[in-house]
Amino acid sequence: MESWLHSRTSPLALLVFQMHFMLLFSRQGKLRLQKWFIAIGEREKKKIIREMTQSVLARQTKTCNFMDWKDLKIVYKRYASLYICCGMEDQDNELLTIEIMHRYVELLDKYFGNVCELDIIFNFEKAYFILDEFLMGGEVQETSKLSVSKCIEESDLMQETMEEYMSKPAF
Amino acid sequence: MPAVSKGDGMRGLAVFISDIRNCKSKEAEIKRINKELANIRSKFKGDKALDGYSKKKYVCKLLFIFLLGHDIDFGHMEAVNLLSSNRYTEKQIGYLFISVLVNSNSELIRLINNGIKNDLASRNPTFMNLALHCIANVGSREMAEAFTADIPKILVAGDTMDSVKQSAALCLLRLNRTSPDLVPMGEWTSRVVHLLNDQHLGVVTAATSLITTLAQKNPEEFKTSVSLAVSRLSRIVTSASTDLQDYTYYFVPAPWLSVKLLRLLQCYPPPEEGAVRGRLTECLETILNKAQEPPKSKKVQHSNAKNAVLFEAISLIIHHDSEPNLLVRACNQLGQFLQHRETNLRYLALESMCTLASSEFSHEAVKTHIETVINALKTERDVSVRQRAVDLLYAMCDRSNAQQIVAEMLNYLETADYSIREEIVLKVAILAEKYAVDYTWYVDTILNLIRIAGDYVSEEVWYRVIQIVINRDDVQGYSAKTVFEALQAPACHENLVKVGGYILGEFGNLIAGDPRSSPLIQFNLLHSKFHLCSVPTRALLLSTYIKFVNLFPEIKATIQDVLRSDSQLRNADVELQQRAVEYLRLSCIASTDILATVLEEMPPFPERESSILTKLKKKKGPGKVPDMEETKKERNSDMNGSTEPVSVNSSAVTMSTPSSSTDLLGLGLAPVLNSVAPASAGGSLLVDVFSDNSPAVASLAPSAEENFSSPRIGSTDVVSDDPAAAVHDADELVNKFVCKNNGVLFENQLMQIGLKSEFRQNLGRMYIFYGNKTSTQFLSFSTAVICQDALKTQLNIQTKQVDPAVDGGAQVQQILNIECVSDFVEAPILNIQFRYGGALQNMSVKLPVTLNKFFQPTEMTSQDFFQRWKQLSIPQQEVQKIFKAKHPMDTEVTKAKIIGFGVALLDMVDPNPSNFTGAGVIHTKNIQVGCLLRLEPNTQAQMYRLTLRTSRETVSQRLCELLSEQF
Repeated sequence: MESWLHSRTSPLALLVFQMHFMLLFSRQGKLRLQKWFIAIGEREKKKIIREMTQSVLARQTKTCNFMDWKDLKIVYKRYASLYICCGMEDQDNELLTIEIMHRYVELLDKYFGNVCELDIIFNFEKAYFILDEFLMGGEVQETSKLSVSKCIEESDLMQETMEEYMSKPAF
Repeated sequence: MPAVSKGDGMRGLAVFISDIRNCKSKEAEIKRINKELANIRSKFKGDKALDGYSKKKYVCKLLFIFLLGHDIDFGHMEAVNLLSSNRYTEKQIGYLFISVLVNSNSELIRLINNGIKNDLASRNPTFMNLALHCIANVGSREMAEAFTADIPKILVAGDTMDSVKQSAALCLLRLNRTSPDLVPMGEWTSRVVHLLNDQHLGVVTAATSLITTLAQKNPEEFKTSVSLAVSRLSRIVTSASTDLQDYTYYFVPAPWLSVKLLRLLQCYPPPEEGAVRGRLTECLETILNKAQEPPKSKKVQHSNAKNAVLFEAISLIIHHDSEPNLLVRACNQLGQFLQHRETNLRYLALESMCTLASSEFSHEAVKTHIETVINALKTERDVSVRQRAVDLLYAMCDRSNAQQIVAEMLNYLETADYSIREEIVLKVAILAEKYAVDYTWYVDTILNLIRIAGDYVSEEVWYRVIQIVINRDDVQGYSAKTVFEALQAPACHENLVKVGGYILGEFGNLIAGDPRSSPLIQFNLLHSKFHLCSVPTRALLLSTYIKFVNLFPEIKATIQDVLRSDSQLRNADVELQQRAVEYLRLSCIASTDILATVLEEMPPFPERESSILTKLKKKKGPGKVPDMEETKKERNSDMNGSTEPVSVNSSAVTMSTPSSSTDLLGLGLAPVLNSVAPASAGGSLLVDVFSDNSPAVASLAPSAEENFSSPRIGSTDVVSDDPAAAVHDADELVNKFVCKNNGVLFENQLMQIGLKSEFRQNLGRMYIFYGNKTSTQFLSFSTAVICQDALKTQLNIQTKQVDPAVDGGAQVQQILNIECVSDFVEAPILNIQFRYGGALQNMSVKLPVTLNKFFQPTEMTSQDFFQRWKQLSIPQQEVQKIFKAKHPMDTEVTKAKIIGFGVALLDMVDPNPSNFTGAGVIHTKNIQVGCLLRLEPNTQAQMYRLTLRTSRETVSQRLCELLSEQF
C-alpha cells in the first residue's frame, strides 16, 4: 500500500515541455543515433523508430518541418543525407527545437570538421558524448558553442595519442 | 582518415564497422555479427583477464551491434567494470553502455549505483558530470531513491563548478519527472531560485528548466522566481546582440534562456506587484517590437530563434489573457505570418491563433483573418498546415460566420486527406448543431456530411441528428422529406439508410399525404436498400417496418409478407430472425390500440452534452477543443430554451439493450433487464440514454409472456420472493442509483417499481412507474414520500396522489418534483400500500435521491483544477477513503461511473494516466458547493483511494460515502 500512497503529493501536470526522443537516420531509413529522454520499452522504441523514419521520409519537400503524431509533435530537419527528428510535447516551442537540432549539427561540425554521415557511423560514441554535453534529460544544458566544444576537447585530451592508437591490435 | 582523425582509439572497432558496412546482404551482416558476438562472449568468459582497452573495445562493439537493431543481453558486467575504472575513456564508454542499454537487474544496479556514488564524491568535475548524466539518462526509481538526497546538495554547494551545477540541475529535473515524490523540498529550494541571478548564463538556463518543473508542483515555494525571472528576461531582451557573447545565437540574445524564462512565467498568473507587472509588459512589448525590425541576418537560424522567442511571448500573453492591447498586437503579428513565405511560420501562426480565438479580447481580431484561413485550406500544399487551418476555422467560428465556415469545411471535405476526414466530420457536426438557428440547415448539413464522407461519419454523429430531430417537432416534417429525397439517390451510404429508416419510421406519416411519398413508396424505397445493408442496419429497418405497421395500417399486409418471407423468418442471423418473428406476431395479434401504444413515437431525449464533443475531445485531447463551456451553455439555451422538460411516455416500448447501438427502436430485447449497464457506455451519449432498461419494458412482460413464447422475454421475470427483502436492502438500492438515473427500483411477484429521473441544478423530477404484474386489480393503492428528521428542511418533495386502482398488467406513473434546499445525507422513503386479493400490502423503499444528483459538471483546465485543489487544503475540506474494489477494475466502467456521478471527468489533469479526476458544483437552494475529486486505482492491490475536496465538510463526507460504494 505504501508504494502508492506517496502519490498524494504528486503534481497535477500543468505545462509539459519535454523532448521525448531525438533520432538521426539516413535517407535510406538507417538509424544512426537514438536518444530517449523518457522511460520506454525496447519494443515501443523500435515501433516509434519505424514509424518516424517512414513518415518523415514520406514527407514532400517544401513542407513545414512539423508533423502531428499521436499526442506528440514531431519536428524534423534534413541535413544532406541525414535527417534529425525530435518528438516533443504539443506545447513545446517548435522553432527552438529546430535550432536545437541545428546547434547539435554545428557542434558535430566543429568537432569533426565538416561532419558527414560516415563520421557519425564510425564515431557513434563521440556523437553520443557531444549530444550529452549539449542536452540532458531533453533540456538544453549548455547553449554556448564554446563551452560545449571546450568540454569535448578536454575529454579528448584524456584519450590516447595517435602512436598509442596505431600500436593497438586490430582485433 | 577522417573517421579516426581524432585519435580516439579503437582500431578493432573501426575495422568491425567497416566489415559490417561492406556486407552485401542482410544475411551476411547477421553472420558477421554472430561471429563477432561469439568472439566477444568467449573473450568475456575466457580465463585470461582482459585489459581495460580490450574491454572498452568489445563493449563498444556490443553497443554498435545494439544500435544496429540487434538485441544484446550481456556485457553489462564488463560495462560496470569500465565505469568503475579510473581512466576517463573507459569510464565514459562504461557509462554510455549503461545509459543506452538500461537493465533492471537489481544486483547490477547496486553495482552501478556504487560506481556513481564514488564518482559523485570524487570532486573531479568530469567524473561528476559523467555520473550525473548516467543518472539522468537512466532515470530509474532505484537511482532516484539512491541520489535525490545528494544532488540538491551538489547543486547549491558554493564550491561546485558551473558545469557540474548545470548537470545537477537537469539531473534533478529528470528525477523529478520520473519520481516526483522522491525529490525532497527544503531549504535548498530558495537557493536554487537565486541561481536565476547567477553570472553564468549556462547555469541560469539549466536552473530555469528545473525551477519551471518544480514550480508546477509547488507554486508557493517558488513564487519569488517570478520577479527574478522578469528582471533577468528584461536584461536579456534589452541587451545589444553582442553583450551576451557566445550566448547570442545568430544575433538573437540567449534565445533558449528567454524561452525558458517565458515558460517559467506561464506557471503563474500575471504578477500582482505593479512594478514587476509593468516590467514584464515592457519586455513583451519589446519582443513584439523586435519582431517588426528588419532582420539582422538573412540566415534562417536568425529568424527561427527570434520567432521562437516571439511565439513563446505570445503564449505567455495568451496564458495571462489580461492585456487586451497585447493580445490584439499578438494577433496582428500572427496575421502577418499567415501569408509568410516560410511554411513553418504559416503553420505556427495558424496554431497560435487557435488559442487566441478563445480569448474574448482577441476573438474578433482573429475573425478578421477568415478569408486568409479559408484560402489556406484551399491552397496549402502541406497537409499539416491544412489541418491547422481547419482547427483555426473551428476555433474562430461563431454565430456570425458559422454558415460560411461550415460550407467551406464541407467543400474541403470532398478533397480532404483521408487522415483528417473523420475529425473534420466531427467538427462540422458540432458547429452545425451549435450554431443552428434554423434546424433545417442543421439537418441539411448532416445529410451532406453523410453524402460526402459517409464512411467517416461515426455513430455519434448520426445518433445526434436523430436525437435533435426527435426533440424538435418543428424540424420533423422537413427531415422526413429531406431524407426521403436523399434516399432516392441510386447509391446512398448505409449511414443515410440508417438515418432515413429511423426518421421515416418515426415521422414518415408527416409526408405520407403527398402521393409522391405515399406509405407504400416510402416502404418500397427503404426496402430496396435492405439487401445491400449490413445486419445492424437491417435490424433497424425491420424496426422501421413494424413502426410503419402502426403508422400506415394500409400497408400492413405488404409488410407482413416481407416479414413472413423465408429470408426473414429463417434468417441465419439470430437477431434478424427474432425481430422478424416477434414483429410478425406482434402485427398479427396485437390490436390497433396496443400497437399504437407499443409503437408510439419516441419520447424526447434528455438533454446532455453531445457525444460528438466527447469524441472530438478524445481524439484531440482536452486542450485542443476550446470553449467547451460555452458550447454547453449555448446548446442548452438553443435546444432547451423553448421545450418543456422531458415528458415521458409511460407505456411505449422505448428502451433497448445497451450494447446494440443500432437498435434504436429496440423491441423484444428485454433480457438484460435489471442489469447494471453503464459499463458499455464508454461516455457515449446515446448508448447511455439507452443503457438503463425502462420499467416500461418490464411492464409489458406479463402480456408478452402470453403472446409470444419467447424464452428471452420470459426470462425478464426476475422475482424476489420476499417483498421485505428489498426494503432490507434499501441502502444497496440507493447505491445502485448513485451513478444512474433510470432503472428498476424494486420488484417482487406482485409489482415492479421503475424509475426515471432527471436533475438540473438544485431541481429534480422523478418519474415513478408502478407496474402491476398480476392479472388482478390492486385496490386502495396509495403512496407516500416521507422525509425524516433533518431531511424535512433539506429536501422539498411534491407530488400528486395516484389513482387508487391499478388494473392487472397495467402501469401507473407518479411524478415527484424535488428541490434541494441544502446538502443532505439521508434518503427519502417511499411507502406504498394497496390491497391485493383482500390482503393489505405495505412496503417501503428508500428513494435514490442522493446529494450527487444535484451536481453540474464543470470542465476545467488542469491549471484551474490544480489551483482550486490547492485552495481547498484545510483538513476538514478533504475526505479520503481507501477501499477494496468490489467489481473488476475496468477503466471504461470507472469513467462511466464517474460521469454518472455527475461530475465532469477531466482528462490529462492527473500526471498519472491511470488516475481519474473530476470536478463539479453541487447546487442547492441555499448554497453552491464546488467539488473536486480524485480516484486512484491500484490494480495490483485491487484497491482504490478516493479523495474529495469541497468547501464544506459535510458535502465532502457524503459524496465520499456515496462514490466509494460504486467501485
